[in-house]
Amino acid sequence: MSSSVSTLQDRFGESILEHVEFRGEQTLIVEATKAKDVLKYCFDELAFDYLIDISSLDNFGEEPRWTMVYELYTMANGANHHLRIKCHLKEDEKADSVSDLWPTAGWHEREIYDMMGIEFNGLEDHRRILMWEGYPYFPLRKDFPLAGRPSEMPDVAFTEKAPLEGGPFVTSPTSSSTVHREPRSREID
Amino acid sequence: MPEAIEQHAAYDSKVEGNIIFTQADAAINWMRKNSLWPMPMGLACCAIELMGSASSRFDIARFGAEVMRFSPRQSDVMIVAGTVTYKMALAVKRVWDQMPEPKWCIAMGACASSGGMYRSYAVLQGIDNLIPVDVYVSGCPPRPEALIEGLMKLQDKIADSESAKEHFQSKEDYQPEKSA
Repeated sequence: MSSSVSTLQDRFGESILEHVEFRGEQTLIVEATKAKDVLKYCFDELAFDYLIDISSLDNFGEEPRWTMVYELYTMANGANHHLRIKCHLKEDEKADSVSDLWPTAGWHEREIYDMMGIEFNGLEDHRRILMWEGYPYFPLRKDFPLAGRPSEMPDVAFTEKAPLEGGPFVTSPTSSSTVHREPRSREID
Repeated sequence: MPEAIEQHAAYDSKVEGNIIFTQADAAINWMRKNSLWPMPMGLACCAIELMGSASSRFDIARFGAEVMRFSPRQSDVMIVAGTVTYKMALAVKRVWDQMPEPKWCIAMGACASSGGMYRSYAVLQGIDNLIPVDVYVSGCPPRPEALIEGLMKLQDKIADSESAKEHFQSKEDYQPEKSA
């Protein structure tokens, strides 16, 4: 077990819900309310000076719906440790922005807001980053169809549904027949 | 002492030797098709092949289309080279609207022609949803030879058009003889 993981477990105790080690990769699952404190401690005390990425998962149909994933890395003092920190959020909850710790987090969080619709407390520039202001959907959510949905933003942009005849295929995890496993488009409303 | 032989006559060979009789259509079309100035709408990897077409190995200048104009006001043919996202779509339309008539459009590659492999919420499924396309060039991306063949097809199309009629008759009276 790496020393930073044991330090965090000593410091935060019950707030660290789970520790997973897989082929030397360390993953900590922490309480959502304490996630910002854990990340701040990682930055201030454990010298995780490089935020590789923040991503989000949509566990559609399960509670809690969102999972935030923070990939941290340290290059201080010749060390190269990789630490992954996850926390779960309910559908209506907001995440805490870490852009005050790592400035690069601003763009990652804007992308998460744009694609998944998770909002951030304390994020200064809370605009979309890829789609335009006024686009009404969050396209990486599991209940958003691959073909897209029609929308109209006058003088800015419009969207139409893409035809999906002949592919590409969307695979659903199920043990039923191929027809059910690979419907050509899947729309959940 | 011989007289200076200088003859003045009604016939001036220096001028009249250069006169060609032709039809207005043929003359206008000949001039238009051999000086197509492209508006390079490079949006993705097709733009790299478009640059290749313009450079020395393929040399689109052989067909009079080497003057890539980055101002739509000076362009004749828009080459839409690449994936047109919905975010970019209305900008492409605006540039097209700024080009003066007569103007033509080449949809270069799978994405510009039909959305290509991007059956997606973010990509316009073919630029012909917004602007009229004269020539579609297949390929992902097309080789420069393919683009040049597309350009030659466009030249053939221009050569067949009724430019003078279109120009001298009012829009209401003009009835095209052939279907475009």
